[in-house]
Amino acid sequence: MCLGIPGKIVEITNAENKLALVDVAGVKREVNIVCIVDDEHPPESCLGDWVLIHVGFAMTRINEEEAARTLELLHELGELQEEFQAMKNSEKENP
Amino acid sequence: MKYVDEFRDPEQARKWLEKISALAKQVQAGKDRPLHIMEVCGGHTHTIFRYGIKQMLPPEIELVHGPGCPVCVLPMGRVDDCLALAEHPEVILTTFGDAMRVPGSLKSLLQAKAEGADVRMVYSPTDALSIARKHPDKEVVFFALGFETTMPSTALTVLQAEEEGIKNFSLFCNHITIIPTIKAILDSPDLQLDGFLGPGHVSMIIGQHPYLFIADEHKKPLVIAGFEPLDILQSIWMILNQLKEQRHEIENQYGRVVQVEGNHNALEAIEKVFELREFFEWRGLGSIERSGVRVREGYALYDAERKFSIPNLKIADPKSCQCGEVLRGTLKPKDCKVFGTTCTPETPLGALMVSTEGACAAYYSYGRMDSFESKRETTT
Repeated sequence: MCLGIPGKIVEITNAENKLALVDVAGVKREVNIVCIVDDEHPPESCLGDWVLIHVGFAMTRINEEEAARTLELLHELGELQEEFQAMKNSEKENP
Repeated sequence: MKYVDEFRDPEQARKWLEKISALAKQVQAGKDRPLHIMEVCGGHTHTIFRYGIKQMLPPEIELVHGPGCPVCVLPMGRVDDCLALAEHPEVILTTFGDAMRVPGSLKSLLQAKAEGADVRMVYSPTDALSIARKHPDKEVVFFALGFETTMPSTALTVLQAEEEGIKNFSLFCNHITIIPTIKAILDSPDLQLDGFLGPGHVSMIIGQHPYLFIADEHKKPLVIAGFEPLDILQSIWMILNQLKEQRHEIENQYGRVVQVEGNHNALEAIEKVFELREFFEWRGLGSIERSGVRVREGYALYDAERKFSIPNLKIADPKSCQCGEVLRGTLKPKDCKVFGTTCTPETPLGALMVSTEGACAAYYSYGRMDSFESKRETTT
């Protein structure tokens, strides 16, 4: 819950509501990007950005190296698997 | 992977450990106890145990595990309050997976779910809002908890509900805030701390400034740290270096993620939706002044505490449970009377055994490895 999980923004699904599709190590999920957009970074410009995601919200931009490192760390801590499970369960329980 | 190697390089780790050892000897000389450094964040606790950092450090340094695991500090009464909410036939209770396993006085939310209560695990508060959209005839209550890392997501979900005019969504708000917690720890008489490893992701939201009182008033160093093993070693070295030079400052080792000012949009959403409570009850630490937040009156429609009558139960922890002493850093998990016997990660008695970020669960899973094993794991 407290460690952010890195993902890459692969599609802006709703620019008005600041929603985007991210790819987290192959798993795709819609997240809210309102915390990383401002006048300098409109939603459209976020495509391709690597972000750190907390419970469905992109909280900060990171670079690709940081993303790779963090994914590896989360994997080793067993938290990546837990996050994926949480995403899957959330979808399964609430179709 | 070359990126990973850079932060796991055993040669680098050895170099940092040598530097730490030399500095720790100088700084600790003349003291009758080891240097106490508290890691505030549960994520750091997890890394420290996973990579055996505790065992690698010289005897002059002792790491104290702080209260930075939100499910670990949740009092039993709040879980019972949730169970009472879930009993309303019109309520769908939603929350994070970790929160579902926290024991209440009789059962956890997970057990209540198995017995037929409509309790659903969600990954994000936005998933809870989606459930509300799909079930306009039901009231969807999100059991919100966590420090400033999860607080913005809850606030933004409320703002989204307002924008869409969704009226059957509310929060049972149990968010807590980090600064008063650190204050309470610094004010506790039985604890002697020499420095802090500052939380990485909370700081990403709140920035560096809120910690200034730790340096200015309490004259202690705090270094905001990343989660890689080498981040933690480097941050410990930075704390020692401050102690050696008799400095007490807020430094940021995790600059690749944490900006000095924090995240403006996230802070704005928090400010809009939440206000401080006069008091909030913590498991093990008791009542801490202005340490929790509630939904502002302007968003009363989204506040389960206003929509329902909440029993507000106060339940004392089981007598055998010593979570409080462990949380305050005055008792080591393995010295708790029930550790590993009646309290295990499978059947947690105390909250510190529930989450992988809890000190007891970490001790249980990794603490038993001998130092050689941990070192070997880190360097492969």
